[in-house]
Order: sequence, then structure tokens, then C-alpha cells
Amino acid sequence: MHFIWAINVLFKRQIIMKFLSEYRDPVLAKQILEEITRTVTKPWKIMEVCGGQTHSLVKNGILSVLPKEITMVHGPGCPVCVTPLHLIDKAIHLAVKNGVILCSYGDMIRVPGSKKSLLEAKAQGADIRILYSPLEAVNIAKENPDKEVVFFAVGFETTAPANALSVLHAHKLGLTNYAILSSHVLVPPAIEAIMSDEETLIDGVLAAGHVCTIMGMKEYYPLAEKFKIPIVVTGFEPLDILQGILMTVKQLEEGRFEVENQYVRVVKETGNKNAKEVINEVFKVQDQFWRGIDVIPNSGWGIKEAFKDFDAEHKFPLDLVVAEENKECIAGMIMKGLKKPVECQHFGKKCNPQNPLGAPMVSSEGACAAYYNFAGV
Amino acid sequence: MQLQCPMPKFDFDFITLGHGSGGLLTNQLLDSGVFDVLSNEKLDKRHDGAFLDIKGKIAFSTDSFVISPIFFPGGNIGELAVNGTVNDVAMCGAIPKYLSLSFILEEGLPMTEFWEILVSIKNACDDAGVIVVTGDTKVVDKGKGDKIFINTTGIGEVHPKANIDIDNVKKGDKIIVSNQIATHGISILSVRQGLEFETTIESDTANLNHSIISLLDDFGNDIHLFRDPTRGGLSSTLNEIARDSQLGIVLEEQNLPIDTQVRSACEILGLDPLYTANEGVFIAVVSEDKAEDIVAKMKSFENCKHASIIGEVIDDHPKKVVITNTMGGKRVVSMQVGEQLPRIC
Repeated sequence: MHFIWAINVLFKRQIIMKFLSEYRDPVLAKQILEEITRTVTKPWKIMEVCGGQTHSLVKNGILSVLPKEITMVHGPGCPVCVTPLHLIDKAIHLAVKNGVILCSYGDMIRVPGSKKSLLEAKAQGADIRILYSPLEAVNIAKENPDKEVVFFAVGFETTAPANALSVLHAHKLGLTNYAILSSHVLVPPAIEAIMSDEETLIDGVLAAGHVCTIMGMKEYYPLAEKFKIPIVVTGFEPLDILQGILMTVKQLEEGRFEVENQYVRVVKETGNKNAKEVINEVFKVQDQFWRGIDVIPNSGWGIKEAFKDFDAEHKFPLDLVVAEENKECIAGMIMKGLKKPVECQHFGKKCNPQNPLGAPMVSSEGACAAYYNFAGV
Repeated sequence: MQLQCPMPKFDFDFITLGHGSGGLLTNQLLDSGVFDVLSNEKLDKRHDGAFLDIKGKIAFSTDSFVISPIFFPGGNIGELAVNGTVNDVAMCGAIPKYLSLSFILEEGLPMTEFWEILVSIKNACDDAGVIVVTGDTKVVDKGKGDKIFINTTGIGEVHPKANIDIDNVKKGDKIIVSNQIATHGISILSVRQGLEFETTIESDTANLNHSIISLLDDFGNDIHLFRDPTRGGLSSTLNEIARDSQLGIVLEEQNLPIDTQVRSACEILGLDPLYTANEGVFIAVVSEDKAEDIVAKMKSFENCKHASIIGEVIDDHPKKVVITNTMGGKRVVSMQVGEQLPRIC
């Protein structure tokens, strides 16, 4: 219940809005925008890695006010979009066939599997619960000793500490009816894969602020050096993103390629030591399949042998026949920044949020859904 | 003065299947419960239906209430069921007069909870100036309902000065929202199982008919449309207005009235206040030159203190709702697909 506890503390201190309004100040935003416009002289393509940043770009209408020289390319940082199809099928199977209480983050439940989504499985009677924290799932396991409880633990480095903590917590409580269905992906290997692609035209990168909050900045120096690109660790509020873009444009115009930190109020050079320890205790680095992209070497976290009893894939061995991805969907090209959603022939026609052909049209962090909402302004 | 009825002595502490059998237990529940509390000249006839006195054009609306939890900060399902239908009738520019009231009760519902809901219904009816004239009670097996479902249907007389019609909406009209948005949705979330957080946010469930009638008395024809943006939030209702009028709507983000705590909760929970449910809130689409006067009048009502002009009707981007923020950024506010789902990060 750490999440709820944190909310209550913030509510009591009435400090939430202070933090929000400060980073949405329209006067400051206009000043930064003007500075970007004054600084930029050439066309630049900047990739924002994180889906949360894509969401903020669209929600705050930043795309519509940036100077025309700057093209934002939307990166692969949408956890919903890159979770492999077969894992969604497994989650559905566990809930429908094994009678498991399947707990999930909210926007995962609408993503299409081979045949249906978790939302449709829920409508057909499966016990699927939307939670904000995996620790709530541990509580559900504690309260339902006669039922198996599985948390669909997806996400980037940001969700990994809480997911790992839930395993440690369940272990400490001696629970044998809790497991996680894990799909954790890592940002730096994904940047490496995208930048190594010959077709990539990306000039600079806004790194994901919350990922770096956990992991620190160390992993990004070799990337900036190898690919000669500026990498700016950036937050999520409008002023954060505008400042991140400004810092990137300044580096590009000056011919620099350094790792800089826009999100200094949250991100420390070394990251969060405790969170990294928890992750290292439970997870080990492994090759990982990214939906719509491919297998990227050393780009995921799997559950260590010592905690295999908490690994749903070990606990409930499933040999599912997995249907192929919908061939009409060009999600991979979109997530690598090679195509814009509007360049897909099915965008807004055959593929829309009610009938998504692929995952990027589902989550509000997905580039296609973001563009769908933005289109036509 | 609100009704403070002590609960009469029932033979059972819980609703049983027998209470829906139509036999002795049903009659006992109705006699010393429903009829007693809601008593009025028309209901007391206890006929199969009611005979009503209505003048002129009639407005007619129905709604079902399945909210969970049934008790929430600021109200319960009973007053929601009255206010919801009263407000739907009022949105037609009508004076709500009569309600039907149907209960579907789940076996095992504590009698004390049923009683509390019934008393709330009576109080909400008195506040709104309506009476329940007919109704029904059914009981379903345990597990086949969620404690209590309520359906209400309302009938009202259309105000002589009202001319509420989507076809009256035209370019240049101003869009007014009557009070702070998203309050009800967040108050419900704050007590949902697994998500309890401490706030002072209370649902704004309330009748709106007195405010509506007063506005029609003063501004009649200058009010082109009233709508009640409940489920689906402001976005769904505004999209419906844009779609049905074949015109565009542009909103100013900074003019949306939202309580600070509600806004904070939305941020933390990853929800958008434009898509979050409202109860005691209405939208008015009004003539451009009267908009300021209408807002000034609304602010004198207790339930419209935060009334604000939030946007206008334009002929650009027909059938689309677009919101602009203080930076000049724009985005489309699309109709919500399914339930609003919190984002992962």
C-alpha cells in the first residue's frame, strides 16, 4: 500500500498542485519555446524515448507549437506496446483456464492478444483486477489463500523495483499462491538497437526521466559517444519537455554530443541505490523479445532461479499455440521511428482505438493512439 | 428540514427472496417501508399504475443506477437515482414532477442499508419537488446483483419559455459549465476497494432543476441547449453536441473549473478530468451576447458557484472538440473508448 500511503502524505501536505503548476507555467513555456525557435537553424529529428513523454507532447499540444525544423520521433518506450503477444495470451489463459486472479496495470487490459484482450476475458467471467501497485496483488494473495494470484508485471526499469519488491514481500510472508508474469524491458539496449539500424535518421534523444530516476545516467555515456548523439534525460511536464528539447537543440547546433540531465530535481547520476538492489536481488538480465520489433540482446529482466516459484511461466507451464502478429500492422517501424503513424495505410481507417490492429493504437502512450487523438487539429 | 425516520421493525435483518415474492413479505416491506416513507396522494392509491395531471408539452426520461459502492462520500445510490432522472428531465427545459421507482435488490442486502437509501430517496424527492407515483420491487439471488440496482423514470412539464433543441446550437454560441468537473468520479474512486485514499472530496450529486428553471425564467430563448455530462464526463457530452450539431467546439483549458484536490487525484491516478464522471453539473450552450449575464446569474446559485464559460461553438473542424492550452497548444478531445484506464507509468 506504499502507493496509497504516498498519495495520502501528498494530499495532507497539499503539495501536489504546487509541483504541477510550477512546471506548467505558460509564460515560462513561451519563453523556452522562443529560445528554441531562436536557437534552431537546421532541421533536427529528436526521439523522445518514453511513452509518457509522447503522451505529454500530445496532451499539452506541444507538437503543434514547436518550430517546423524540429521533428519529434516517438520511441519504443510504451510498455503496453512492446509486451510480447504470447505473454498476453498466457495472461488470458491463466485467468480463463486456470482460474487465477489475474491482476494488471490498467492500460494493459485492452491490448489485443491473438484472439481476445484481457478486457474481453473479464467480460466472459475471468477474475481480472486493475491495480495501481503489485503490492496490492500480494495483499489479494494473502486474503485469498485458496486462490492463485498472478500479477502481470510489465514495464521498463520504472516498474521493475515495485514488481521485484512484491516478490520479496510475498516471499517474506511465506505466500505460495503469488507469482508474477514478467515482461521487463530495458531502455539503453533499445536505444542501441534503434541507433544501429541503418535506416535510422535520429539526431538526438530525450531519455526517459523516470527510468533514469531508478538506474541513473551511467549507461547513457557510451551510447552518446558511440553514436555521436546528444542524450538529454528529460521529465514529463510541459516545461520539462520543452527544456529537454532546447538542451538537445543547443547541443546539436553546437555540434556537441553529451549526456545532460534536464530532470535534476528527480534524477541523480547514480540513480536509486535501494531500487537497484531490489531489482538485482530478483531479476537477471536476459535477451528479450519486443513486440513489433524483435529480440534485442540483453534488453530484458527475467526472474532469477532463487525466485522461480514466483515466476508464473515456471509455475504454470503453458505451451500455447500463438497466432502470428497481424501483418497489416507496422508497429515495429513506428516504434523504431522509421514511420509516422499517419504514414500507415490503415491509420484511422481499419485501425482505430475501438478496433486496434496493433498495440500502439491502444495505450494513450502509444504513438498511434497519440496521433489518432491529435490528428485533424 | 431533512427526514430523519427511525427504521420500523422488520421480521428480517436482511432482504430475502421472499421480499420479492409479491406475497406477505413484499407487502410488509412496502407497507411499513416504501409506501410509508414515500407517501403521497397518487402513490397511496396503490393501483397498478398512476394517474397524472400534466399540462402542455411533456418531457420524459429514464435511467438505471448500478453504482458501486452504493454509499460514497457525499451521497448514496438512492439520492443519485432521484437526482439523475430529475436532472435528465430538467435538461429538456422541463419542470420535473413525477417519478417511477424500481428496485432490484440482491438477497442479503442489510435492511438498515435499504432503509437509509429509501430515506435518501425521500429527501432527494422533497428537495427536487417531485413525488414517486409508481414503482416495483424485485429480489434476485445472492450473487446475481450488486446489493441494489435502481431504475427511475421521470416526467415533467416543459417550461413555457424553453426552446431546447440541438438544432438551435449555432456558430458563436458560448459553452458554459455550471460547476467544478470530475468531482463525483474521483469521490467514487477514492472509496473503491483497493484504492482508498484520504481526501475531503465529496460527490456533488444534487438536483439541478431549480437552477435550470430559474435560468429559463430569465433567459428563455437565449439558452439553446442543456446537457448533463454524467458518465463519460465532459468529453463525451461535448462530442455528442459537436456530432449532432455538425459544428466544431473549441475549449480553453485554463477556464475548466476543477477542484485542486480533484485535479491532483487525477494527475496521480493517471486520469483525465475531461473523461471523469460528473453528477451535479450541467452544460449550457447559450447565445454569445447573453453568456456573461447567464454566468453571473448562475454564480448566485449554491450549486453553480464555479460556473464558467469554457469554450465556444465554431464552424472549423465540424464534429470535433479541440482544446487549447495556455501555451497555444491544441489537441483533439475525442470520445472515450470504453472505461477510462489508468496508465502504467
